[in-house]
Amino acid sequence: MKSFKNNQLFQLTFTQFLETIREPEVLFWGMLFPVLISIGLGFAFTQQSEAKFQVMVVEQNQTKIDTLLSVYAHPSRIQGKPAETWKVKDEILGNTEFNFIRSDWRSAIVSLKRGEADLIVGDTLGRLYYHFDPHNSQAQLVYMKLSALLQSPSGVTSNTDEAEIKPLTLKGVRYIDFLIPGLIAFGLMSSILWGISYTIIERRSQKLLRRMVATPMKKSNFLIALMFVRILMNFVEALILFFFAWLIFGIQIQGNIGALLVLFLAGNIAFTGIAVLISCHTSKTEVGTGWINAVQMPMMILSGVFFSYHNFPEWSIGIIRALPLTALTDGFRSIFNEGGGWIEILFPSAVLSVFGVACFLIGLRRFKWF
Amino acid sequence: MLQIEVKDVKKSFKDVQAVRGISLAIERGEFVALLGPNGAGKTTLVEMMEGLRTPDSGEIRIQEKTWQKNEKELRKIIGLSLQETRFSEKLTVLETLRLFASFFDLADDRAKEVIALTGLENKQKSLTGTLSGGQRQRLALAVALLNHPEILFLDEPTTGLDPHSRLDLWNILKKLKDEGRTTLILTTHYMEEAESLCDHIIIVDEGKIIQEGELSDMLDENSHNLDELFINLTGKKLNDIDEIVQK
Repeated sequence: MKSFKNNQLFQLTFTQFLETIREPEVLFWGMLFPVLISIGLGFAFTQQSEAKFQVMVVEQNQTKIDTLLSVYAHPSRIQGKPAETWKVKDEILGNTEFNFIRSDWRSAIVSLKRGEADLIVGDTLGRLYYHFDPHNSQAQLVYMKLSALLQSPSGVTSNTDEAEIKPLTLKGVRYIDFLIPGLIAFGLMSSILWGISYTIIERRSQKLLRRMVATPMKKSNFLIALMFVRILMNFVEALILFFFAWLIFGIQIQGNIGALLVLFLAGNIAFTGIAVLISCHTSKTEVGTGWINAVQMPMMILSGVFFSYHNFPEWSIGIIRALPLTALTDGFRSIFNEGGGWIEILFPSAVLSVFGVACFLIGLRRFKWF
Repeated sequence: MLQIEVKDVKKSFKDVQAVRGISLAIERGEFVALLGPNGAGKTTLVEMMEGLRTPDSGEIRIQEKTWQKNEKELRKIIGLSLQETRFSEKLTVLETLRLFASFFDLADDRAKEVIALTGLENKQKSLTGTLSGGQRQRLALAVALLNHPEILFLDEPTTGLDPHSRLDLWNILKKLKDEGRTTLILTTHYMEEAESLCDHIIIVDEGKIIQEGELSDMLDENSHNLDELFINLTGKKLNDIDEIVQK
């Protein structure tokens, strides 16, 4: 009787799976690394820590600052230099610490250039002047906080009689909520491009593809096995990342899980198509690596995985939205954080699938088995 | 019925004419050596016979069938070992053989049989990445023998092996020859290999056959062995010529 174990599709899938899990790097980069990144970035951006700002003071005459520092600041050492530290408590926005370092103009500019200081305070005939790069948002923040503090030195009040800060405690508004769907989408892209493209090119260069097609092996079975194992691994990797994000940060999926799975599958189809297209011809791993990076890097930077792509110029937003990773990331975020469902994912899923199938077919037409 | 029939086959790569009009015929059960220096066109010729390359012109028939029309059928009856194949290093010997056995719809038992035949029993659970050069060549031979091939192509199976490993491989092939069911086409640039294993020798140089026949018929008082014969025919030594880069 014919055993299922002798079936070539089963053997191709099984051996592909064995090869994947026997590669320790795959387990590290595919499973552990995304978890470590999410934990690192999650803590970095969600912990309420004390904001510290360095201010260089370049005075020719006594100013208001000197009087205030003598009352509110205490002597300290910053970067090995004597300084005066002024701590301001704020229960809502977090505490702020200003470190004032007295210096001459030249040294103050050097500190600014090195990023050691955020802002320079100087005076002309006793009048205060703030010197900073107006395009630097951090410097702007320091200026606003410091000028407000000097106006009201007894404490920065976040709330006034007319307006009040109400911190948002809604699900899905933290940075980690933004980050995790992006990391899942990025992990999916990265793992498919390296897992499929690189594997095909490497086997072609080792002449293993040639050896395999010199048998009655069905070529489609080879590709199906490769894709199936990769999609399975992606699913496991995404589950592990989600599990840790849930355990540590309490991440939740607010939308439709069925829709999420469909979108996940569409993303796999899109990037599998791209992977086959990239790897259809070359037998040089160096060329393949270049292609993979050329596809992956722009999307990693532009598609809003780590930070919103709305920071890019307005004219580029349409182009960025047309990238497969952007469509996937936006789709994931709408389900994770906005309670999105079938309606939200129908269009991106269809576009991703059609795009993937088109790339796959073009790749297959040009595919060089040896 | 002829096992292999090659008629005036030519093949070029960019500006290199690798095969310049070769014709030959191989009978059932024959062990044939394609002998020639690196770059003589042996591998290109064998790859065309294996259906892995298409000739620019000429005709190749395997058991009176062509690769264009009968590829599926022909893949089932041939076995081959390429010049440099690296099997997946993260699979064991047995897993590799099981995988290739599945392409021929063969059961696990056959994988174990070829392991025994090629003397890899104590390496069957080793990852192929840990095998020595000789063991890798034996694995390549085991893969080639899985489907009881009627025609076996071995492309320089002992190149780079130490004398002991080479002898091991010859002994396996001699056993196969004694069984008489397989036709073997072997490319080599080792005289002793051709002399010891094959009854029909085809000497190839610069893409052409320069002499062929049984060894005893080819030697005379001027050529006491294949080495001398090759020098007399071409004016050069067999192992002196650099490889032509084929792309």
